[in-house]
Amino acid sequence: MIEIRNLHAEIDGKKIINGLSLIVKDGEVAAIMGPNGSGKSTLSYVISGRVGYEVTGGEILLNGESILEMNAAERASKGVFLAFQYPLEIPGVTTMTFLKACLNAQRKSRGEAELTTPDFIKRVKTGADKLGVPQEMLRRALNVGFSGGEKKRMEVLQMSLLEPTFAILDETDSGLDIDALRIVSEGVNALRDPKRSFLVITHYQRLLDYIVPDTVHVMSKGQIVKTGGKDLALELEANGYRDYVGEAA
Amino acid sequence: MAAVQETVDRVKSVDVDAYKYGFVSDIESEKAPKGLNEDIVRFISAKKNEPVWLTEWRLEAYRLWLTMREPDWARVSYPRINYQDLYYYSAPKNSPGPKNLDEVDPELLRTYEKLGIPLREQEILAGVQERRVAVDAVFDSVSVATTFKAELAKAGVIFCPISEAVHSHPELVKKYLGSVVPVSDNYYATLNSAVFSDGSFVYIPPGVRCPMELSTYFRINEQNTGQFERTLIIADKGSYVSYLEGCTAPKRDENQLHAAVVELIALDDAEIKYSTVQNWYPGDSEGKGGIYNFVTKRGDCFGARSKISWTQVETGSAITWKYPSCILRGDNSRGEFYSIAISNGRQQVDSGTKMIHLGKNTTSRIISKGISAGRSNNTYRGQVLAQKRASNARNFTNCDSLLIGETCGAHTIPYIEAKNASAVFEHEATTSKISEDQLFYCMQRGLSAEEATALIVNGFVRDVLQQLPMEFAVEAQKLISISLEGSVG
Repeated sequence: MIEIRNLHAEIDGKKIINGLSLIVKDGEVAAIMGPNGSGKSTLSYVISGRVGYEVTGGEILLNGESILEMNAAERASKGVFLAFQYPLEIPGVTTMTFLKACLNAQRKSRGEAELTTPDFIKRVKTGADKLGVPQEMLRRALNVGFSGGEKKRMEVLQMSLLEPTFAILDETDSGLDIDALRIVSEGVNALRDPKRSFLVITHYQRLLDYIVPDTVHVMSKGQIVKTGGKDLALELEANGYRDYVGEAA
Repeated sequence: MAAVQETVDRVKSVDVDAYKYGFVSDIESEKAPKGLNEDIVRFISAKKNEPVWLTEWRLEAYRLWLTMREPDWARVSYPRINYQDLYYYSAPKNSPGPKNLDEVDPELLRTYEKLGIPLREQEILAGVQERRVAVDAVFDSVSVATTFKAELAKAGVIFCPISEAVHSHPELVKKYLGSVVPVSDNYYATLNSAVFSDGSFVYIPPGVRCPMELSTYFRINEQNTGQFERTLIIADKGSYVSYLEGCTAPKRDENQLHAAVVELIALDDAEIKYSTVQNWYPGDSEGKGGIYNFVTKRGDCFGARSKISWTQVETGSAITWKYPSCILRGDNSRGEFYSIAISNGRQQVDSGTKMIHLGKNTTSRIISKGISAGRSNNTYRGQVLAQKRASNARNFTNCDSLLIGETCGAHTIPYIEAKNASAVFEHEATTSKISEDQLFYCMQRGLSAEEATALIVNGFVRDVLQQLPMEFAVEAQKLISISLEGSVG
């Protein structure tokens, strides 16, 4: 469970998050929708601990423990995962190498034994097959020359291997055609679990047809201005954000 | 990758400024008096019982050197070196030359053991190493041990200190010494010709594929002592040899001079693969101490279809001035240069290569990866030249620089000249920084900043690491991370 209390955060002295509060319970899929510039991506960076995003007030608790003093790697090992809107390319580092380094770094940080190579390969292969990721892609440098759909699938594969307790999907639908969207969404749905919570950030209702949320939050000017069920997304799709954007002060 | 993890563990286990090989061995040595004059040159020559022709060769070099000026075109700066304030000869006492390993000073064996260089053949054989490497260990001015000599001799391979080759194979030494890097070549090479102490000599007979990797391990121990080694490798027709060179030095506050000359000769259809992992003491983070590495390395692809390949991983030295080059004399010969040059702290690197195309249908390939961190400066300087006769010369150059942080510099200076219209030269160059986005992405997946940097850098240098023999590549990978320690955060 993640609990955000009265969070304030800024970048380069500019306030972006203004007293935001949000709870995502174990097993819950929460969606955050909102217009451009409302602070959705910033929120994902603040939660995952990106350098330069300064928290000036409030608290973020992951399963009751404050994560604000932890760096990004420590938060990742505690179970925070961010599926990037624009996954980064790492030239010369094969996908396999990257996955193994990350997985073992997290395991080590939690005091768990490193995976043996055969065990690791088995896990990757199982995960990759489910997502339709070809073996050949695992031997290529991470994300280098991947299509938009391949990159997003790779994000979901990483999520399935790292088994986070709290996953943020930042605009995972951007740049995806319908087929890719379906594959990626199925991948995410397969990871839904009573012990895992999701925060799905999106502009469009379309993604929520595939990943059906339990709750929908509307974000504007760095705050949550409206919370509802999955029907709220449909209403936003029909009427736009204007009914809610004005409410934030 | 396990190696990344291992490197990072090692990085964490050492202090900033810690240079792992910085210890000093307590070994009594015999030195020539300080300074340089004709008597010192004669002293060195006499110490090695050299024939008259070689003494004269040295003296000629010395006299020429007196008329030369230290080059100042490289992008490096350092206080003037007082050449009269150096020792030009230092040898461990009671060890006038290589002999049976059982007679070698145990302190010396311990020194190499500490450096991870096994000199006892039985230990190497008993170990888990899959591949054996024959080692020539050079300590200050002399070779102290050469392993696997008997086994190599069975294959006809000569691998011995050059001081020994002068006596055992004078015809080869006389024919080839100075044939690739002439006495008059440049200030440091000329100095080396006058005072060179020891180094390795390799001869591979026609048609022989050298049965194991050959390796020389250089160690500077004495204070204020220049190391001037000389390596000569001759691959006769149709032969093959892979040669590795490693080097370390103690941590000292004074700068130490290292001015080596390496000459390679490949006859028809021969191939020489020369790999270096250079890890001289780089000085501390403020630029105090460290080795001045002024080295001339050149290979002559003398025969048709011959091939010479240089691979270097440069992490040490306060100043590096080094351009391993190929003269592509034989028709259809090929030269390669793969380089990783890493600079951190106050290190200054001016390194690159020269590919001189003389023969027809000659090809060359240059892959250079420069990584700068701290307050260092890293310059790639490379020449590609096709002479008139070199029809259909081909070169491909790829020169990438990676910057870590805001206070370092990367410079690329190519000199490209084609005197034959059929030459095709390609040059690609990029300069990039490890982006904060990349670092954050890796950290979000659980890697620490150091681990993330190591991973990204290893990816950056992958093309070159793949050229190194396996065990060297793993070592180099670790070294890269250690060299970049403290560069992020």
